[in-house]
Amino acid sequence: MNTINPSISTGVNMRDKQAAEIPVPQDKPEDTIIEEGKTVGKPFASDPKFQLRNVSVSYGSDRAIKDISLDIGRNEVISFIGPSGCGKSTFLRCLNRMNDSIDICRVKGQLMLDGEDIYSPKRDVVELRARVGMVFQKPNPFPKSIYDNVAYGPKIHGLANRKSELDEIVENSLRKAGLWEEAKDRLDSVATGMSGGQQQRLCIARAIAVSPEVILMDEPCSALDPIATARVEELIADMSKSYTIVIVTHSMQQAARVSNRTAYFHLGHLVEVNETNKVFTSPEHQLTESYITGRFG
Amino acid sequence: MPDKKDDVYGDHISNKFNDELMALKSEFLEMGGMVESQVDRAITALVENDGNLADEVRAMDKKVDQKEIEIDEEATLIIARRQPTARDLRLVISVIKMVADLERVGDEAKKIAKFAIKLSEEGQAPRGYVEVRHIGNHVLSMLHDSLDAFARLDSEQALRIMKEDKRVDEEYQAATRTLLTFMMEDTRNISRCMSVMWILRALERVGDHACNIAENVIFMVKGEDVRHTPVEEAEKVVGR
Repeated sequence: MNTINPSISTGVNMRDKQAAEIPVPQDKPEDTIIEEGKTVGKPFASDPKFQLRNVSVSYGSDRAIKDISLDIGRNEVISFIGPSGCGKSTFLRCLNRMNDSIDICRVKGQLMLDGEDIYSPKRDVVELRARVGMVFQKPNPFPKSIYDNVAYGPKIHGLANRKSELDEIVENSLRKAGLWEEAKDRLDSVATGMSGGQQQRLCIARAIAVSPEVILMDEPCSALDPIATARVEELIADMSKSYTIVIVTHSMQQAARVSNRTAYFHLGHLVEVNETNKVFTSPEHQLTESYITGRFG
Repeated sequence: MPDKKDDVYGDHISNKFNDELMALKSEFLEMGGMVESQVDRAITALVENDGNLADEVRAMDKKVDQKEIEIDEEATLIIARRQPTARDLRLVISVIKMVADLERVGDEAKKIAKFAIKLSEEGQAPRGYVEVRHIGNHVLSMLHDSLDAFARLDSEQALRIMKEDKRVDEEYQAATRTLLTFMMEDTRNISRCMSVMWILRALERVGDHACNIAENVIFMVKGEDVRHTPVEEAEKVVGR
């Protein structure tokens, strides 16, 4: 789906690549209190969808992710938070191999989806990305009609044999994304004419049209107004019944509102993972506390 | 106001946020000082038969009430503007709860002052004032220490206050027994002793409020709610 729009994905990757290359200030005392590979809280889940062990990612000689182990539970909503350049987006994009397009990017460690290796040479990446869909920061609909935007994925994955089946998929996806009422009378209009919030919900509809199991969201609401944000958050709550959702966000209130667990990243380390309620009332790690209370970031 | 660098609420990136939290903290301590002196003066008014002082104590209650409203307003604005989290959130929430305790302490002082006026008008020889002075000093030091524990974020001191509360309860029971003996000795003492009993009751409540403040201090520092739990549990939390 989204992979066929290389300009967008490369744009996001480049930005994070640059962020990863920003020199790390060495004089902060908090930088020295992280132990590599050590995460406080509850990084493991009883029924994991993803099992990620000792994951390290480097861009050339720069290490963007340093020995992270984490489980993501089935039908869980987990938020990744942390200052810019902390590696949360890089880590997110390992989950459906979006980093593959960057030549100098190397991923090490064990990344399992339902017990199967994501990075196995036998893995069909197109099939993986159909199972693990993605929604980006900036709504990126194709310059086609609303209908075609949603129908594109199911068509190339051969999910519909007849026009009527395709119609059904499009309607269901738009309904799930809370866009059907607004879009049903203008399915043939070009998608780029919609408002930002509608475009983002269209991208979510496009992601769910191929029946994924997991949806990755990279700052899905940062370009949206509060009303559109509330709609997307409502959607996340509805979707959490049937999908596993991983969301990278800069809005801590959003993380607090939508997720079951919150993971705090700092300079490529996974510092703390805990129940969201705990993270925002009494976090275990001093760095998490400093970040969420606005003492640095 | 203390130097920002020395205050755990003074090191945010937003200086305005630092100012708001530190102002909230010092306003609370100011209100604490007000009710502390209110209780102290109410006891003095009683023991020294000083009706004027008792009137002052009653008048002061209006200022305390006004302060409660101001602090609540400030706390509400901080929540609306800053959406505080973790330690900052615990400070704001605790202050909202603790001002209610301080306001009640003010009410108890007012109650004592009212009885002081009544007793001074009756003009009989004092009975049970030794006990009032004793328990009064005890709860005043608890109140003072709880505010001090808040100012210094000292959970160990807060725990000591929680333990003191049991002693105040024992002293209150003992004083009640003494007053009962006075009443049995001479039935003409009953009305007067009942007034002193109400005063003792008010002081015992001041101790309870100091204890509530101490529990909130532990919550602020440790992030765990120790209300309605045995002291041993609180001890474990503080030891962590």
